[in-house]
Order: sequence, then structure tokens, then C-alpha cells
Amino acid sequence: MTTTAYEPNMVLVNETFDVVGTRPIRHDGADKVTGRALYGADFDTAGLLHGKILRSPHAHARIKSIDTSKAEALPGVLAIVTAKDLPTTKAGVIVDFGEGNMELKYLRDNILASDKALYKGHAIAAVAASSPHVAEEAAALIDVQYEVLEPVLTAPEGMKEGAPLVHEDLKTEELGEKTDKSSNLASHFRHTKGDLDQGFQEADIVVEREFNTVTVHQGYIEPHPATALWNQDGRLHIWCSTQGAFVVRDSCAQILDIPVSQIRVVPMEIGGGFGGKINVYLEPVAALLSKKTGHAVKIVMSRADCFEGTGPTPGSYVKVKIGAKNDGTITAAHAYLAYEAGAYPGSPVGAGGMCVFSAYDIDNVVIDGYDVVVNKPKTAAYRAPGAPNAAFATEQVVDELANKLGMDPIDLRLKNAAKEGTRRADGPVFPRIGCVEVLEAMKSHPHYSAPLEGPNRGRGVSIGFWFNIGLASSCSISVNDDGTINLVEGSTDIGGTRASIAMQAAEVLGIAAEDVRPSVADTDSVGYTAVTGGSRTTFATGWAAYEAAQDVKRQMIERAATVWEVDADSVEFDKGAFKSKTDPELSMSFKDLAGRLSSTGGPIVGRAAVNPQGAGGSFAGNIVDVEVDPETGKVEVLRFTAVQDVGKAIHPSYVEGQMQGGSAQGIGWALNEEYYMGEQGQMTNTSLLDYRMPTSLDLPMIDTVIVEVANPGHPFGVRGVGEANIIPPTPAIANAIHSATGLRLERLPMNPGAVTEAGWKQRK
Amino acid sequence: MHWIDYVNPHSVREATELLAEHGESARILAGGTDLLVLLRGGTMDNVNLVVDGKSIPELNEVTYDPQAGLTLGAAVPCYKIYNNQAVAHAYPGLIDTASLIGGTQIQGRATLGGNLCNAAPSGDSIPAMIALSGVANIAGPSGNRSVPVEDFCTAPRQTVLKRGEMLVSLHFPPPVPNSGARYLRFIPRNEMDIAVAGAGVSVVLDNGTIKSARVSLASVAPTPLFVKEAGEALVGMPATEESVRIASGLARDAARPITDMRGTIEYRKHLCEVLTRRALLTAIERAKEA
Repeated sequence: MTTTAYEPNMVLVNETFDVVGTRPIRHDGADKVTGRALYGADFDTAGLLHGKILRSPHAHARIKSIDTSKAEALPGVLAIVTAKDLPTTKAGVIVDFGEGNMELKYLRDNILASDKALYKGHAIAAVAASSPHVAEEAAALIDVQYEVLEPVLTAPEGMKEGAPLVHEDLKTEELGEKTDKSSNLASHFRHTKGDLDQGFQEADIVVEREFNTVTVHQGYIEPHPATALWNQDGRLHIWCSTQGAFVVRDSCAQILDIPVSQIRVVPMEIGGGFGGKINVYLEPVAALLSKKTGHAVKIVMSRADCFEGTGPTPGSYVKVKIGAKNDGTITAAHAYLAYEAGAYPGSPVGAGGMCVFSAYDIDNVVIDGYDVVVNKPKTAAYRAPGAPNAAFATEQVVDELANKLGMDPIDLRLKNAAKEGTRRADGPVFPRIGCVEVLEAMKSHPHYSAPLEGPNRGRGVSIGFWFNIGLASSCSISVNDDGTINLVEGSTDIGGTRASIAMQAAEVLGIAAEDVRPSVADTDSVGYTAVTGGSRTTFATGWAAYEAAQDVKRQMIERAATVWEVDADSVEFDKGAFKSKTDPELSMSFKDLAGRLSSTGGPIVGRAAVNPQGAGGSFAGNIVDVEVDPETGKVEVLRFTAVQDVGKAIHPSYVEGQMQGGSAQGIGWALNEEYYMGEQGQMTNTSLLDYRMPTSLDLPMIDTVIVEVANPGHPFGVRGVGEANIIPPTPAIANAIHSATGLRLERLPMNPGAVTEAGWKQRK
Repeated sequence: MHWIDYVNPHSVREATELLAEHGESARILAGGTDLLVLLRGGTMDNVNLVVDGKSIPELNEVTYDPQAGLTLGAAVPCYKIYNNQAVAHAYPGLIDTASLIGGTQIQGRATLGGNLCNAAPSGDSIPAMIALSGVANIAGPSGNRSVPVEDFCTAPRQTVLKRGEMLVSLHFPPPVPNSGARYLRFIPRNEMDIAVAGAGVSVVLDNGTIKSARVSLASVAPTPLFVKEAGEALVGMPATEESVRIASGLARDAARPITDMRGTIEYRKHLCEVLTRRALLTAIERAKEA
């Protein structure tokens, strides 16, 4: 399939740029394609020891005793740690790393279980030994006695009266108020807008359906690695693969009860994260083992460790009810969202509630969200966390409304689309957004009007919203005397952000992208920078680079004024050259002036620290064609078009890469990915053979359409692009399956068995 | 993992002596695409000796003769089978499976002999070999013996091999005129997957009538399943879809799957019908062209 020549909507960005919007080769490209880039597991140092974590075989069990004597006696074993080696925790201490609150006790217990094992894979103890094999043998020799308890495995099961309690001391928070009710329901929130009953009374048609999704994993290819050296001077050095070096620093400081200044975190190259590499798992354990042994200790997870011992995204139960008039006007919508938090409170149900109806301008809305603890790994962020679960429900109900009203599904969405000034049920009023433009781009795309040929084929559409975040970023730029700049930032580069950040600095200074040397620094060497997450890096760290470059520009203007002995106000910077506003003879290129810095007052360093608001949400839509084998239920994705409002694509190739990556993960989530759980809460498919992520043979060419509705909250109009694209695939594929077969799939994954059995159920 | 010794014998006798001496703690290595994974995965903690079969001449034999049939050494990798023009022409049903197991790199190592000795219920080559009336040639301390492939696997990862015995080669009778075979499996992805169900079939035609047929299933019982009655039901029947549906229904009824991460009992039985029917129709087409 060829890329169609679609003309993007340039709503606010009318400027053209020299660097922004071009496609230079990424600065880290040569190291990555030659295999020279150093990832966490590549780290080595003198006297390195190897760690292995012993994990609970039970989903829910009280730890009665841990006997490490046999393991300690194995030659080559140097240290063993358990929860007893962590600082003791008082209940009720809350920590916050900018991504939500958590009880410190829960944070520590998730690193090494103290009293109960709350999921299969929960870390119980760890060994440091002379080789990974010895460590593995030794871990198997640790004798743990358990009292096995009945597990709770889904949100609806956990909310039932009399369900086994995951935490005996957990009290439900009901609409912001702590109650004294012990329950697995950690909290219930509600967003309301208008009058729901009134809204449903005004409706001519109402559709209500229930949907279930199961736990899925981010599936990054690089398993978690971490090396720690707790030096004799008291400083703790950590080399790891993370989305946020400062989050690792701050988390370890809290967990180990030491000042942040005693910790230095070096972020190595990262082989995928998708939200799953924000929380710490191995780092504090490696630190404890290092403290005991005096050596650096490296721990690398296996794939099974990743599935069972890190944070996936939750399974959920979602009920959505929407009413509309015969002309298609949506009058009311209600959502009931119950998400599994995993072993500790904190599912992404809050974000689900922010996104469930946000593509629509609806007068009467109620959104109920329930955060439920269950005996599964504590959930973590995964690309637009919480939103796909909600959209799988909403977008199928909207599709059904369109079918019943006899309306084109895109027209129904356009009629009700959110726009500037629309107030979301959770509070915020939209600034300029691109929902309408994305829907219009879908409608006018040749894919949407192409005939569907052949039997058992269907087409589906859907749209999704993600709010994106800003948060803090720092950047410094030093000018080299050959006219290039060194740019130091603190955002780990997952999706080509060295390039997208460097390009924003280059644009300001009128130099080429190749004349920027970007580097990602450790926590000792750059100002505080929040996680690479929330689609914030190109937006916020890009903004820091923009400001740091402005700082360089101001200083260079002053330097030019000094050289020319004129007033700095009379000097301007235009198209890469410093010029006098009054004397046309006085002009100097950036490069020429850079060459004279040492003789005119010394080096120039620009710096910026920002905490920008106005991240600007992103909308993404899909058009999907599928063919369903009527006998096996297997769904083949024949054609896939991804449309997204990106504000401004700094580097369009990496924007397209994000859109295709989110689509690929969405297709996997839709069709095959799942934690297949045994009755006692044991995941049975803990390998990439059996946890079926799509291979290249399972994906069509994913055609991309970049829509640019500039974000008024960013100097170049950038909106984060990393996440919204994973939201529309599951409902778009479900809608396409419905169009092909007449079957409404209310469960993920829509694997061949599920599709076939849905067909049998319908025929009964 | 613990230390494991490795030996590389150059004769069948040397190998069988080692296997006899070490019993359960020794495993023979062909391609290693299953064995190494199992050893690393900690499910064979009792094993401390690996006996490599790849330097034994008899295990590397590929001999095809239109009168005598095909002999495949137990350590012959898949790529040598499908790259052998004579074998590929005579046994397309075998090529279905040799070119299906794993990806290209795996096919450079994986062997049909290893697939049989691994005795997984899902072993893709086993139903194909049963359909082609394959025979396993076994050597051991008390001499040689031959066992039909359908009798070789006795339970998941259990075979008829006794202490000291090893699989030396597989033998397939020469293809008769107007015969055709086919192996089909169903996987949710398009590659790199384990069969939810699989069907290996063969037919011999005589003027539009089915003279004989064999049907075998994978992944739907503790061992690959030879469904004798499905093949016998076709004898003397016209080579039509109606006839085929009788056999495929018998295959569905014979399947004894479990519900697990690959599918439910009902779905897997249903797939046995679909796959057997589709495989038989292709085998009939191949027989008409042969």
C-alpha cells in the first residue's frame, strides 16, 4: 500500500521552519544500528556480582518463614537479602513521584514482600553470587514456608461482599472520603455533568453494553536490568534501563531511606518501556546486595520475571450506556469503570475516567470509577494507561448507535465531536484541539471510500483521546568554537527524542540538526527532569531546549554587540546570522561568532528549567479492514490507517513510528495478547512464544496520516504523540469484526477461539 | 543452571553404551531446539550428560529410492529435507511440516527425529509422519527394532525408548501412484506459534474412489493421535467433499483435547473437523495431480 498524499490541516502553524518538520538521521543512529550502544545488561565493572530474585509461586500466601541457610552454604554465594534488610516502614507515609501517590509501605513491600506474597512472581528474597548460574541455583535453595490463601483475580470478584481481602487494613475511599469499610475496593470516584436522567429521557435510542478486558503487558523487548554499587563512601551508584533516572533516584531514596544526594543514577540505553520502566523493581534489591557484599551487583530479569514481577496494565470491567436522538445528537452517557489495581491501590482507572467520553461533547454525563486490588502484579503505566479499556467500550457502543440510527459512523462522531470550549465531565475545558480535523481526515481518506471486496470482510472506525502531560525538564547548551552545540538533557531517549529535542534547539539557533550533539546525562549532571512518559518529552524537554537555545541566542547577541561595540538592542538574529538593525555592513554567522568566543570573553552556556502547562491533548483515529475466517474465527487485518493530531511533527518519521508502534500494540491487544491465568492466579503463558504479541507477519502496512492542529501551549505547536495511537485499534477492529460477521465482541482478546465461540452463542 | 557434561560419539554403539550407562540423566542431542530450551528452563534438572548425535553417520543419512522409499537420519535438519529435490517431489506432505517448524534459523538445526523423541502432543511433524506410514528405527544395547511412528509416543514427553535405546532413523515407504498427503495446523498468529490443533492426512485414489486414507491429529490428546477409523471410513468412498466430511467428523469425535491457554475443548474439537476436512481436500487434489 502506498502512502496517500494527504494535505494536513495547518490551523495555527502557518510558519515554515528550516529544521522542524524535516527528517534528519538520528544522532544515536550509528551506535544503535552497529550494536555499539550500551544497554543496561551490557554494564560491567571490576568485581561484578550477579543477583537473582526468588519469587512467590503463589498468588496469595502468608509468608511463615524464610530459611536461607542452604543457599548461603552454596560455594559462590556472597549475600542474601529479604524484606528484613529494608528500612522499617510506618503505615500511612505517602510518597509522590509526580505520577500519583503511593503508601511507602506498599512501595517497599512490592520490592520485597514482608508479610504476605500478593501475586505469583512477588519478590521474596534475592541472592548475590559469583555467576548468574550460581545465583539461580542458590535462589532455588531458599526454603520459604507459605500459608496459601485464596486469591482474588478480577475487579468484580474483588468487589463482592465476603471476597478474600488482599489487604486486611485497606479502607475504601468513597467519593474522596475515607470510610472505615475494609474492602478490596480502594476507591470510588464520580464525575458528573448535567442531568443524566434528563439526558436519557431526551434520547430516542439508548444502547448499553458490558465489556471485559484482561491483563496485558507492555512487551518491551529488553528485560529489566539494574546494577548497583553502594560505595564505601556511602554513595550509591545505579546503572539501569529506565524511563526516568530521577524517578529511580527519588524512589530508591524513599525505599532505602537515604538522601537523594547520596544516589547517582546513570540511565543506560533503553530497549522499550511504554510506561513499564518507570517504577523500580530491581534497583533497591541490587543496592541492598551491594551494601552487604561491597561489590557492584547486577540483576537482569528473565522474560517470565518481566511478565510476573513487573507492572502490566489491568484487566477491567466496563459498562457504557449512551443515549441519542434520532438526528444523532448524543444526549446522555454513563460509564461504570472497574479496573484491577493489582496487588496495591493505584490502577489507571482515573485516566480511564478522563478519556472515556472525551472525544464527545455531551451535556449529561456520569462517570463512575472503581479501583480494586487483586492478587496480580501491581499495575503500572502502559501507553495511554486506562484509556484503551474505556475506548473499547465507548467506541463499540457509538458504532452500534450509528448502525441503529442508520448513520455513517464518522458522521455520528463528527456531529458530537469535542471541540475548543467543550467541557469534559472530569472538569477541564478543551483549548484548541483536533478531534474534528482527525475525523474529517478519516472521512476524506481514500481508504474510507475504497470498496470492500470479497466475503467475510468488514471495516471499522474509532477515535481515541489522550490528555498528555507537561512536568519538569531541564537542559543546558554549550557552544563549541566550530559553530556546533552540545546539548545536555535528562530525558531518556525511547522514541527518537534526542533528535526531536536537538532539532528544536537547532531551529532557534539557525543551525543544522547535525550541528547539535545531544546527550542524556545522569542525575548528577543535569537539572531535575521528570519521566519520559505521558507523551511529554518532545513537548516539555523540547521546550527546555527551546528556552536554553533562546538563552544562548541572547548571550550571543550581547557578544556580537561587544565585538561591534554597539548596543545589544541594536543587534538581531535572523536566518542564522547576527545583524545590526542599523548598519547593514555588520553581519556575522552563528559559526563565525562561535569561533570568536574565546577571544571575546569566554565560553557561552545556555540553560533552562521548565515546567510547562498546556500539554495539549491528542486525538487519534483508525480505519481498519479485516477478514474473518468463518470456520476458525481467525481475524486477518487487511488494511490499517492511523490518523492523529500531533500539533506539529518535529521529526515526521519518528511521529509516524510512534503512530505505527501504538497501532501495532493495539492490534496485538485486540487479537491475541492476554495473561492467561490458571484458577489459582498463576499466569501460564509467561514466554513470548505463548504470550502472542504480533510478529511482522501478523501486521499489515500501517498507513499514517499526520494531522497538525498546532497546540497553542507550545512554541512550535507540539502535542505529545506517543500514546493516543494505542487507544482506537481495539474498538476499530471490534467494529470491523462486527461489520464482517454481525458479531459484537465484548471481551478482549478477540482471538480465534473467542470469535468462533461468539458465533456459536449467537446461533443458539 | 548446573554443570552439564557433553560427549560427541562417532558411532551408534558408543552412543547407546553412554545412554545405557547414564539412563535418565543422559539426553541425546540432535538439533537441540527443544533440548537446550528445556535444559535452560530448569525442567530437566536431573540431566547432567548431553550425548550429541550429529557426528554419527547413520543419524545423518538421507537416502531416497523410488522402490525402497526414504530413510531420514534422526539428526537430519529440516532444511536438508526440503532442499532435497527428489525428497520434496516425492513427499510434499513431509515438506509441509519440515518447512513449518520454527523460523529459518530453527529449520537449520531442528530435526524430525528430535521432534518425534521430544514427544510433545503438539509436535508438528508427527501427524505428518503417521499419515505417511513412517517407521522409527531404534538401536539399543540388545539390538535393533522398528516401531510405527503412531506407536512411538506414549505420553507427553514419554516414548517407547528404553534405557540405552536411541532413534537412529525414520523410514517412509515409497509413494504409490495417485497418492497425496497434507499437514495443516492452526495457530492464532501467522508464524512462531504452537498448534492449537493440527491434522496430517494421506489418501490413495483409484479412479475417483478413495482406495486408502490415514488421518492423524496434533495437540488434541496426550500424544499425537492416529485416528484409524477416520481413514478406514473413506475406503471405497468417492473422493468428494461429502465423503471427506464423514472422516473429518470422526476426527473431531476422536480428539481428546484439554482446555488451556491455546483453546477450549469445544474449539479444539471443532478445529479438528475443519483442519482434517481442509487437509483431506488438498491431499485429494495432490493425489489427482500426482
